[in-house]
Amino acid sequence: MHKLDDNRAWLLVVPVFALVAFNAVIPLMTVVNYSLQDIFGPGQRVFIGVEWFREVLRDPTIQASFLRQVAFSALVLAIQIPLGIAIALLLPRVGWKSSLAIILIAIPLLVPFNVVGTIWQVYARPDIGLLGRGINAIGIDYNYTSSAVSAWITLLLMDTWHWTPLVILLAFAGLCSIPEPYYQAARIDGASRWAVFRHIELPKLRGVLTIAILLRFMDSFMIYTEPFVVTGGGPGSSTTFLSVRLVNMAVGQFDLGPAAAFSLIYFLAILLFSYVFYTILKMNEGEP
Amino acid sequence: MIRLENLGRSVDGAMHLEGIELTLSPGINVLLGRTHAGKTSLLRVLAGLDRPTTGALTQDGQDLTQLPLSKRSVAFVYQQFVNYPAFSVRDNIAAPLRRKGLARDEIARRVADVARRVRIEPLLDRLPAQLSGGQQQRLAIARALAKDAALMLFDEPLVNLDYKLREGLREELRGLFHDGQTVVYATTEPEEALQMGGTTIVLHEGRVLQTGPAHEVYRNPASVTVAEIFSEPPMNVVAGHVEQGRLHLGDLSMPLPDHAPAGLAGCRVGLQPHRITRTPGPIRLEGETLLAEVDGSSTFAHFRAGGQPWIARLDGVHGLPIGAPFTGFADPADLYFFAEDGTLLAPAQGARHG
Repeated sequence: MHKLDDNRAWLLVVPVFALVAFNAVIPLMTVVNYSLQDIFGPGQRVFIGVEWFREVLRDPTIQASFLRQVAFSALVLAIQIPLGIAIALLLPRVGWKSSLAIILIAIPLLVPFNVVGTIWQVYARPDIGLLGRGINAIGIDYNYTSSAVSAWITLLLMDTWHWTPLVILLAFAGLCSIPEPYYQAARIDGASRWAVFRHIELPKLRGVLTIAILLRFMDSFMIYTEPFVVTGGGPGSSTTFLSVRLVNMAVGQFDLGPAAAFSLIYFLAILLFSYVFYTILKMNEGEP
Repeated sequence: MIRLENLGRSVDGAMHLEGIELTLSPGINVLLGRTHAGKTSLLRVLAGLDRPTTGALTQDGQDLTQLPLSKRSVAFVYQQFVNYPAFSVRDNIAAPLRRKGLARDEIARRVADVARRVRIEPLLDRLPAQLSGGQQQRLAIARALAKDAALMLFDEPLVNLDYKLREGLREELRGLFHDGQTVVYATTEPEEALQMGGTTIVLHEGRVLQTGPAHEVYRNPASVTVAEIFSEPPMNVVAGHVEQGRLHLGDLSMPLPDHAPAGLAGCRVGLQPHRITRTPGPIRLEGETLLAEVDGSSTFAHFRAGGQPWIARLDGVHGLPIGAPFTGFADPADLYFFAEDGTLLAPAQGARHG
């Protein structure tokens, strides 16, 4: 029997192609298109090659934003991953207390981003905010509209409040999947609490922590809404992260060419970092 | 010698173990019981993970319940394959030895020795996740052996392995222990109890029903319950009565076998499923197939004959359509006689029985 030549089957995949084209390929190619041309107006454009890319990479404000962004993501990971694991370890694993704790912990994840920003914008205000007034009341000079350190602390606190629950949930799920006999075996072997964590729990959490680190990295590296609402990128440019800078460029200054080049570099940077993280975390790991 | 006297354990009012009287001597002790019989509860108490709520647990006169876990010489192998996930096979085996503080070359020698005994030598540099299920369990067994504990506990260690691996590993296991070790091996499978040999302890609903050498218990089960537990599939047990020198089982009637106890009237009669054959014999069980299931290399044929459901365990794979006529044969010498209350009156006789 030879195969039937029936090309109608291709029709069945057309919807998928259309969907992918409209939500990914066409917008992305538009950006690529913008990034390679200087557009003066409808019908007036010049192909300029990689000129915009060169300009973006050489822009000192963008370089500063990039370093700021790397620092912010590094701090976010350094705070939220250990904190999330620590809290997950403290949670009860079974019973109603466990369910209640999980529900309470998950609440910040359900708050819309701009609402999170608004909450903290008010909460941390030194004049009327509970947190801001409280910190100033104990004699620490704290004002996120005038001090870069205060602004960073505010954003890190807010992001930790908002996103540590995700790390907790992932770590907790990982901990719950460790079979009871592992703990029994550890008790029989006389293992200390630290040894149990180091040699059983942490290796068993590796998979979920890889996901947690990747998600937290990507989200923190792309953070926009919260700094936009709370600090607007200030004071000065101290919280002008890459996305804030990008929006200023694209929407504020309407520099579509450089902004398109910026977007592509930004996207590739996230992709590259994520790939590096993933490779490091998967290294030396046994096959599933 | 470990003694358990009137040992019991209950959790939140639920009884897990009750009135356990047991002496565990060095050698292989098989805990045979169905799921939820209390096997794991008993192993946990023996390991020192749980304390008995009543009774005493002593070793050579010393109270074990007061001894901290770290002072006991115990190794435990579980149903799940429990190994250190981030340690290589070598480091996994070495872990208990390092804890003991042995010298480096002594550790290397013992690791090599144990790895050879459980046949995982070529895998020493791998991680547990890179091993197959059977190899992972071999590793867990290797770690337990390396510990060289006086008390080795096994909680259905082969249950998560496939049929072939189970057979192979089971045969090897017996030879892995040395004389001074007390091995307690929990299983639901009668064949495992027979193959492991040693002493069989039949556990049911938290109590010890019978203790003795494996074949002894198998041939002379103290009660219907023991007989049912010690047979896979469970022994056929039917109500019988004796009238004018003939034994009636449902609609079946036959001459009373010679080994039946004298003066028997009402009784319960047992017949091991593997004693029902398709080669003609004195007792003819004629009826129809209810269901046939293949288990490994044998077929469990459920059939109805003489108004009773029966199970036969036939060697090999047989295609038996539901509703097809089925004729099985049995030997009167294979019949067990139990009293109405389930206690054994007379075991099966046949000298040809293993």
